[in-house]
Amino acid sequence: MNGGAAPRAEAAIETHSLRREFGRNVAVDDLSLSVGRGEVFGFLGPNGAGKTTSLKLLLGLVEPSAGSGRVLGAPLGEPRARARIGFLPEHFRFHDCLTARELLRVHGRLYGIRGAQLAARADVLLERVHLADAADRPLRTYSKGMLQRAGLAQALLNEPELVFLDEPTSGLDPLGRLLVRDIIKDLRDNGTAVFLNSHLLGEVEATCDRVAFVKRGRVLMDLPLRELRTQAACEAELKIDPLDSGTLEGLAAFACAVERLDGRVLVRVEGEHVLPEIARWLIGRGIALYEMRCRRKTLEEWFVEVMGEDQRPG
Amino acid sequence: MVRATLIIAHLTFMEARRRRIVLAALLGGLAFLLVYAAAVVAIERSLTAGPIDEVMHRVQLQFLTLAGLYVANFLTVAAAILLPVDTLSGEIDSGVMQTLASKPVRRSEILLGKWLTYWLMSGAYLVLLAGGCVLVMRFAAGFEQQNLQRALPLMLLGATVVLTVSLAGGVRLKTITNGMAAFAFYGLAFIGGWVEQIGAIVRNDGAQRIGTAISLLSPPDAMWRRAAYELQPQSLRDLGPVQPFSVASVPSTAMTVWTIGFVLVVLAFALVQFRRRPL
Ligand SMILES: Nc1ncnc2c1ncn2[C@@H]1O[C@H](COP(=O)(O)OP(=O)(O)OP(=O)(O)O)[C@@H](O)[C@H]1O
Ligand SMILES: [Mg+2]
Repeated sequence: MNGGAAPRAEAAIETHSLRREFGRNVAVDDLSLSVGRGEVFGFLGPNGAGKTTSLKLLLGLVEPSAGSGRVLGAPLGEPRARARIGFLPEHFRFHDCLTARELLRVHGRLYGIRGAQLAARADVLLERVHLADAADRPLRTYSKGMLQRAGLAQALLNEPELVFLDEPTSGLDPLGRLLVRDIIKDLRDNGTAVFLNSHLLGEVEATCDRVAFVKRGRVLMDLPLRELRTQAACEAELKIDPLDSGTLEGLAAFACAVERLDGRVLVRVEGEHVLPEIARWLIGRGIALYEMRCRRKTLEEWFVEVMGEDQRPG
Repeated sequence: MVRATLIIAHLTFMEARRRRIVLAALLGGLAFLLVYAAAVVAIERSLTAGPIDEVMHRVQLQFLTLAGLYVANFLTVAAAILLPVDTLSGEIDSGVMQTLASKPVRRSEILLGKWLTYWLMSGAYLVLLAGGCVLVMRFAAGFEQQNLQRALPLMLLGATVVLTVSLAGGVRLKTITNGMAAFAFYGLAFIGGWVEQIGAIVRNDGAQRIGTAISLLSPPDAMWRRAAYELQPQSLRDLGPVQPFSVASVPSTAMTVWTIGFVLVVLAFALVQFRRRPL
C-alpha cells in the first residue's frame, strides 16, 4: 500500500523552519519535516525536546514565532483542515461529568457527524478500544488507561486522514499497548498517516515507517526504518575455524570492517546480500562455519548514538 | 459558524447542569424568595394593622419592592461573575481545551458558545429572582411594580458587563486571580456610583465628574441606578435624596449606549486574546 516512500501530490505534513519560543525558552528551534500521506511517522527525543510543542504547532494550538507549514494541504491552524485530522493529547482529559458515549457524541457533532451515523460510529469505536462496558459511566470514574483509550476513540471519530498521537500508550497496560499497535496498523492499512510521539522505542520500531530524532527543537536525524529493515548495513557474527590472519584478510574484502573478539569474528557489511557471498567463500576455502548471525542496530542504539553525539561539548 | 457555537453552548449548559450549578442557583434563588416573601407578609401585616395613609403605604411598598430587586440584581451580578470565572482558565489548565480546539471549530466559536450559555443562564436567573420579587409583592401586598420592561434589560446589561469581563479574564488569568479581578471591577462600579451620588447630593461637581468617570470605566452599577430610577414613580423621585433608592444623579441614555459598547469591546478583546493563546 502506501509505504510512505511514494510521494503523492501533496505531503500530509510539510514544515519549513518552524520555531516557537516561550519567553526566552526555545521550545522548537528550526523544525523542517515532511510526512507523506499514509506514512507512520515516529517523533523521538528526550524530555523537553519540543515534541509536544511541535505537534501543537501543527494542530494550530500554538502559533509559530517563525516559519511556516502545511497540514493536509492547508496552512497551519486552518479550522476546516482539522475536520480530517484526529488528535490524542499527551494528557487526555475531558469534562469528567460526561460519559464516554457523550464525549464521542459531542466531538462527533463538532466533526459534523450526526444522528444514527454518529451513534453507530461511537459504538464501533467504543468496542474497538474495549470501553463498550464502561461507555455509560462518567469519565470521572475511569482509570488513567481507560481515559486514554476514550481519548483514542475520540481521535478516530472522523476516520481521519492524519492522526496525531502524543504518547498514546503512556498510561496503558501491555494489552492496551498491543491494542494501540493494532490500531496504528489498521490506520496504515487504510492509508491514514500517523504522527506518533513516543518514548517506547520497541513500539516505535514495530509500527513506524520512518522516525526523526529531535533534540532542543531540532531534527538531528531522519531514519527510514522501513528501508533499514531490508537494505541497510548490518553486522554479522561468525564462528569459524580456523580463525587465522589469512581468513581475516579474506573477509575484509567483503566487509567494511572486520573485528575479532574472543574466538569469533564480527564483520560489518553494507547489506544482507553480502552474507551468502561470505558463506560461499568460506566454504570454498574449506573453512568450517559453525554459526553466522546477523544483527542490526536497534532503535535504542540509534537513539543513544544520535542523542549522545550531540551531548559532547562544542 | 452558528452550528459549532450552538454545540459548544449546549456542551457548556450540559456541564453546568451536571455539576449541579443550575440546581444550586435554583435552590439559592428559591431560598431568597421564601425569605423575601416571609418578610413582605410580616411587614405588610404590621403596616396595615392600624389606620393607614394610602400614599405613605404605597411608598413603603415601593421601597420594599426596590429592596428585593436590589438583592436580585446583586445576586445576578454575583452569578454572572462566578458562572464563567473558571471555564476558560480551568479548561486550558486541565487540557480539555486542547481536545476542543483541535476540532474543526474556531476559537471564537468556543468563546461565543460559552458566553451565550452563561448569558442566557444569567438572564434566566434575573427573571426568576426579579420576577419572583414582583410576584411576591403582587400576591402578598397587592402592589403592582411599573416599568419592569424598562428596568430588567438594564439590570441584565449590568450583569452582562461583569459576565463578559469575567469570561475575558479567564483567557489569561488563573481562576482565583480572575475572580478577584472581576469582583474588584464590580467594586469599582460601586464606589463610582457612591461618589457620583454623594457629589450630586452635596452639589460638588468635581466629585460627580470623578464618579461619572469611574462609572465609565466600570458601568454595571450605573445600569442598576438607571434601572432603579425607571422603577420609581415620579412622586418618589421628587422626594430627593432622603430615601435609600433615590437616584440623585441619573445615568443618561448615553451611559447605556456606552455600556453596550463596553461589552462589545471587552468581548472583542477576549476573542483576539483567546485566538492567540497557546493551549
Ligand atoms: N506553555 C509553555 N510555556 C512555557 N514553556 C513551555 C510551554 N510549553 C512547553 N514549554 C517548554 O518547551 C520545551 C519543550 O516542551 P515539550 O512539551 O514540547 O517537550 P516534549 O518533547 O514533549 O517533552 P516530553 O517528552 O517530556 O513530553 C520545554 O522546555 C518546556 O518547558
Ligand atoms: Mg511531550
